[in-house]
Amino acid sequence: MQEAMIKRAKELLADGIVDRVIGWKKGEFSYDHTPAVFTSAQELDESFVCDDFTSANLSKYLVKETIREGKILAFLKPCDTYSFNQLVKEHRIDRDKVYVIGIPGGPKLDIEKIRARGITGILNVRNENYTLKIETIYGVSEMPFYEAISVKCESCKSKKHVVYDELIGEDGEVLDSNRFDMVEKLENMTSQERYDFWRSELSKCIRCNACRTVCPACTCEKCVFENPDSGIENKAAADSFEENMFHIIRAFHVAGRCTDCGECSRVCPENIPLHLLNRKFIKDINSLYGTYQAGENTTDKAPLNEYKMDDCEASIVHERGAE
Amino acid sequence: MQVNNNNEFQPLIVAFCCNWCSYAGADLSGTNRLNYPTNVKIIRVPCSCRVNPMFILRAFQRGADGVILCGCHPGDCHYTSGNYFTRRRMTLLFSMLDFLGIERDRTRVEWVSAAEGAKFAATMNEFTEAVRKLGPNRRLEDLRCRKQ
Ligand code: SF4
Ligand code: SF4
Ligand code: SF4
Ligand code: FES
Repeated sequence: MQEAMIKRAKELLADGIVDRVIGWKKGEFSYDHTPAVFTSAQELDESFVCDDFTSANLSKYLVKETIREGKILAFLKPCDTYSFNQLVKEHRIDRDKVYVIGIPGGPKLDIEKIRARGITGILNVRNENYTLKIETIYGVSEMPFYEAISVKCESCKSKKHVVYDELIGEDGEVLDSNRFDMVEKLENMTSQERYDFWRSELSKCIRCNACRTVCPACTCEKCVFENPDSGIENKAAADSFEENMFHIIRAFHVAGRCTDCGECSRVCPENIPLHLLNRKFIKDINSLYGTYQAGENTTDKAPLNEYKMDDCEASIVHERGAE
Repeated sequence: MQVNNNNEFQPLIVAFCCNWCSYAGADLSGTNRLNYPTNVKIIRVPCSCRVNPMFILRAFQRGADGVILCGCHPGDCHYTSGNYFTRRRMTLLFSMLDFLGIERDRTRVEWVSAAEGAKFAATMNEFTEAVRKLGPNRRLEDLRCRKQ
């Protein structure tokens, strides 16, 4: 896969179809690759990588990249193509300045899940027939591949690319995912239990804003959390109110636009299950206003940008099941 | 939250009322000498859809025990469609608050026209009593803003 991608990228660079390539660059270890822009065949040979740890969604970087001159080649996994579409729809990405190559998706690995097993001093991780061989400074450990896949890949919603100029590998199908199971489980708890659950999660938040910064739906030039006049600007949350407030507002701002790409939960250093907040909105929107998948195309109106005369009243929330 | 002389809990209710219907409805209930609790503090907004989720959270932060949003009946919005957006927005917000374990009966949306002074008073009486039963807002209060 990686070879085919590098080969194609070099061809497109040589033909002058694109003048830059966005992909992932090898990190110091085999598990800390970062998104990067490449401009020459030499750079691609030296450090381009695509493997089990290249989970970062490259779509958002294209907001800044397409402001620049010239055309850029982007490698997008199926889930990333939804974010890409959504950004095109919101006029944040100039579609004409991107050459999209669809590549197969994960499952991708999450190094934190390996570390959670108490494996430390990790030097290298190899996947041998779906058993991970983990070289550490203390020797070699093993664990099954599927126990280390990232949370977002556990409930993959689609293997289908919704937009591309060409594909490397096969295109897949939209999946019948189990992504709302945990939301439903929480809904069935009592309000006190839910409160306790979220207190224990949200109180871990250090307000690093990584979830906001990485999110392809969060592309505001000036975010409310950066506005010193808002009274809620970047700073550690002072108390439980501010923790709740930050998370409610962040999730609300992306409601109807969040493609459920899973980046927010992936980057959270405190492993807060932010995807549950996003999915709660998605689940509500689906059940109240009709099934809607953000990023599926660039034409459908976002659910919070439209209305129907006979929409349900807000009291539906109060009439629902157990308190 | 407030406490009266007998040390009883007095809920603080913030009511966002749209200028064109509900605020006039509140006015009418006043000129008709209808009673509604003094616990209710009205904030006038140009249209119900002026209220963004932050307003609701802020009200709770500053000590409200219940927040109610009143606007024109669907179809009657002075700006044609504002309240339809309000309806979707608030439905999702209330559902999210409920999901986070914040008592859902502390929030409400009600459509009150300029002719419905009686409905305004009845709604406020009923909502205040409902919130009184729930007790003080603790799950979404900012300790720094607590009065006592
Ligand atoms: S949190 Fe809200 S204001 Fe900030 S970038 Fe995201 S959508 Fe924009
Ligand atoms: S909120 Fe999270 S899942 Fe949704 S688009 Fe943003 S990063 Fe992706
Ligand atoms: S990434 Fe996690 S810790 Fe950082 S602000 Fe977001 S929720 Fe909080
Ligand atoms: S003007 Fe009353 S709801 Fe819009």
